[in-house]
Amino acid sequence: MARVIVDVMLKPEILDPQGRAVRAALLRQGLRGVTDVRQGKQFVIDFGGPTAAIDYAKLRELAENLLANPVIENYRIRVLDEAEADGTPSVTAGLAGITGLDSETTGPRFDPATGNRE
Amino acid sequence: MTRIGVVTFPGTLDDIDAARAVRLAGAQPVPIWHGDESLTEVDALILPGGFSYGDYLRCGAIARFSAVMPAVIAAARRGLPVLGICNGFQVLCESRLLPGALVRNESLHFVCRDQRLRIESTTTAWTNAFESNAEIVVPLKNGEGRYVADEPTLDRLEGQGQVVFRYLVGNPNGSRRDIAGIRNEPGNVVGLMPHPEHAVESLTGPSEDGLGLFASVIAAVAGQELRV
Repeated sequence: MARVIVDVMLKPEILDPQGRAVRAALLRQGLRGVTDVRQGKQFVIDFGGPTAAIDYAKLRELAENLLANPVIENYRIRVLDEAEADGTPSVTAGLAGITGLDSETTGPRFDPATGNRE
Repeated sequence: MTRIGVVTFPGTLDDIDAARAVRLAGAQPVPIWHGDESLTEVDALILPGGFSYGDYLRCGAIARFSAVMPAVIAAARRGLPVLGICNGFQVLCESRLLPGALVRNESLHFVCRDQRLRIESTTTAWTNAFESNAEIVVPLKNGEGRYVADEPTLDRLEGQGQVVFRYLVGNPNGSRRDIAGIRNEPGNVVGLMPHPEHAVESLTGPSEDGLGLFASVIAAVAGQELRV
């Protein structure tokens, strides 16, 4: 089986009041030094077949038109190796050799950790 | 009698009130089911308010792909008057029939109150019955009503007179430039977050100002040479 992870974050220029509320809660609960929090979404998509059988064009189209709204959100697609598709934490690049899966041709890439453009 | 379609998606709430407003304005409401691939012949169409698909994923994001939507989008592009109210406005933006997007209210509060608006474009199919810069009071009820778009888009909307409704006396949700509703360039597609269908009778609403939107489209349809 194969697993694809799609991360969706609000674009950095969009105000994120939910993230701001979470930041306030983290600070209240004693996590010192937090300057900013932004809240996004992660879609974990499992396939019955191998990674090679995934329709990447359709996946990308739906990441761009359904899972994310490119007016306000950036997305990133990660394909897990077969061996990691059981959910272990490490994630391979997975995108090497597969064109058109990052949002490079459709918009800026973003770093899921910071929400900033790469 | 002018036939105005009202679409029902799973989770739509305000279709009944929209149909009632159509009736009170003197037109025939036509129920449209989200699952029908073909669009019943109508002179105009309303995408009403509510919580289609529970606002899952994003408001209006799933409704946007309903079976009826390709026909709706095609008709809108051909000039059919389409009004998106609240969740309907969200569906219009997700469909790219209107630019920009609606996101979570800046205050994170669900705002439910009577809202004063200024009508800044009266050359649309849905606002021709109003005087320019007329002020109306209609109910507002939303948690995800903040209108956002990038600066070039906002400048273009302002410059081309595509801002139809502007919030007055306080911005309830952080919408950019206090925008409450917009139009497409031709003026047949209009979306707004507040609810004109809830301001059609003095007994049940803050005013009867909302009737003007429905009266406008009846006049617009009467003035058309072709039906789409």
